[in-house]
Amino acid sequence: MKRPIRVLVAKPGLDGHDRGAKVIARALRDAGMEVIYTGLRQTPEQIVATAVQEDVDVIGLSLLSGAHNYLFPKVAELLKEQGVDDLLVIGGGVIPNEDIQGLKDAGIAEIFTPGTPTREMIDYIKNNLKR
Amino acid sequence: MFDKEKLARISESKKKWEENELTKALNRAPEQKEEFKSGSGSIVNRLYTPEDIADIDYEKEIGFPGQYPYLRGYQPTMYRGRTWTMRMYAGFATAEESNERYKYLVDQGSTGLSVAFDLPTQIGYDSDHALAQGEVGKVGVAIDSLKDMEILFDGIPLDKVSTSMTINAPAAVLLAMYIAVAEKQGVSTDKLRGTIQNDILKEYIARGTYIFPTEPSMRLITNIFEYCSKEVPKWNTISISGYHIREAGSTAAQEVGFTLADGIAYVEAAVEAGLDVDTFAPRLSFFFNSHNDLFEEVAKFRAARRLWAKIMKERFRAKNEKSMMLKFHTQTAGCTLTAQQPDNNIIRVAMQALAAVLGGTQSLHTNSRDEALALPTEDSVTIALRTQQIIANETGVTNTVDPLAGSYYIEAKTKEIEEKAMEYITKIDQLGGAARAIDLGYIQKEISDSAYQYQMEIESLDRIVVGVNKYQVEEEAPKGLLRVDPLVAQMQKKKINEVKECRNNEAVAEKLQLLKKACQGTENVMPFILDAVKEYATLGEICGVMREVFGEYEQAVLL
Repeated sequence: MKRPIRVLVAKPGLDGHDRGAKVIARALRDAGMEVIYTGLRQTPEQIVATAVQEDVDVIGLSLLSGAHNYLFPKVAELLKEQGVDDLLVIGGGVIPNEDIQGLKDAGIAEIFTPGTPTREMIDYIKNNLKR
Repeated sequence: MFDKEKLARISESKKKWEENELTKALNRAPEQKEEFKSGSGSIVNRLYTPEDIADIDYEKEIGFPGQYPYLRGYQPTMYRGRTWTMRMYAGFATAEESNERYKYLVDQGSTGLSVAFDLPTQIGYDSDHALAQGEVGKVGVAIDSLKDMEILFDGIPLDKVSTSMTINAPAAVLLAMYIAVAEKQGVSTDKLRGTIQNDILKEYIARGTYIFPTEPSMRLITNIFEYCSKEVPKWNTISISGYHIREAGSTAAQEVGFTLADGIAYVEAAVEAGLDVDTFAPRLSFFFNSHNDLFEEVAKFRAARRLWAKIMKERFRAKNEKSMMLKFHTQTAGCTLTAQQPDNNIIRVAMQALAAVLGGTQSLHTNSRDEALALPTEDSVTIALRTQQIIANETGVTNTVDPLAGSYYIEAKTKEIEEKAMEYITKIDQLGGAARAIDLGYIQKEISDSAYQYQMEIESLDRIVVGVNKYQVEEEAPKGLLRVDPLVAQMQKKKINEVKECRNNEAVAEKLQLLKKACQGTENVMPFILDAVKEYATLGEICGVMREVFGEYEQAVLL
């Protein structure tokens, strides 16, 4: 039998807004996925280490402080450095539209902005797993 | 509030009305929903009548403004005497840029300043710290040393403005910097008016900018209470905040219950530290959220006022009337702003602001339409400020004190929220107080349950959000959002280096050493922090010393 999808919901940087991250973590869990939530203030290095250690299929990054252009690509870069290329990395938060393409180019598969139904994200994950 | 005979007659007529008019109406057309719920999910009745407030004693429970239990306002004339302070939370990038925004806001009629700090500042890191990367100047202004604070308030006379600073874990350091700037301006500390947020418990619960563990954090807070009661007597030493608890997803009653439970914890800590309740309690202030449900919010503010008065009088035996008065700042609910059709947010903010005014707020921040997308532009901030000015000058709601008092619905709702909030406080008392309840994750869990339910209601269309799950349109990405220059971090690093070159480094080391000793002992640390600040020790250096002695808080991670 196929194991459930494993997701790491992560809060990079110093941002303390975790309402969205927690709601999403619960929604993914209710959709049958195994969810690990990092808690606040994770460095990109810590996030990647946890993702590898926990053998997750997906990393969901949540950030509302505006530091996404630095922190999101950093996570993607570290994964690449470690030769991890079968992980789906997605992000969400207060992210201006004009930043989205840059983040995708840096290796973030999709960005979910405020107001996105959790259903949409669940479907996206199911349809875009890399392994 | 009514005599028995009259009440019996009203009851009788209500029954007849239900049998006749109401039944006919319902037969003709049923109501749109089986059940009507408030913004916080509590049942709202079709109609409220004198029956619903029959057991409320006017003299004991409602009374007069400026009189215990302060339900109708903390002060007798309210907005007839003085309009609330229009206080717009602002700050971004460097001290130079934020200083310009403050001057602009004052020119536009803002009557108080409210400083937003960036996350590294709020967590006690200098802009050149590794963990500050990507965050410098993003959600507020970067302050590394007294130098930045001097620039931030350049040309702003500190005896003329009142300044609110959203700073918690390192509040003592930023307050010390403010005091040092005042001294340089020749303003004596007894003339300083303003507020530091200084509310660490809600950081553990909801906002996340904690540094130290609970015990030393509570000590820092009581040190500030004590220091200010002597040296900065007009300063509000804490702003006990429900705002972020609500933003994290709580209900209205949870907002009141958890916030006042935090308030109780601070009063207990100060009393245990040997302070007399009436020396510090008059300088406690509160900070609430104003959410979408207009009447529920008005009732919430009123309930908080009455409940706090009772707590201070009955639980803490305060004697000074000022210790019992709950004064509060309000911010409209950021979490209700939508990224979709952002101009709609102007309307939401206007109604939330109205609720705050009808609830008797002492100061108000109105959010800007573009805040679900980025920091607000100057144009957006101006509209938000104008919203307050229209309420104050055009709507007439300020002409009479507590205008909704006596409404069957409002009074019943006020009582309901007070009772529910008290249930939470009792539960928290049973767990051993707010700090313990946070360690156990109880408060966080209650809030995230409410947040999850709220989101599911949106997704099932039980809760309509205009532009998000109904009345959607295809729209272009908004243009002209405020961007923080990525060079800000470099500029801050350069300033830190300059400061470190120009200051007396031996004196800095000595002051930091003295601070360390004070932290290890039981003295009030405030004077030691002030000494270090004046020698241009950086925020990171000062917090570094305290981190060494106090250690760091570890968050309980649970879903």
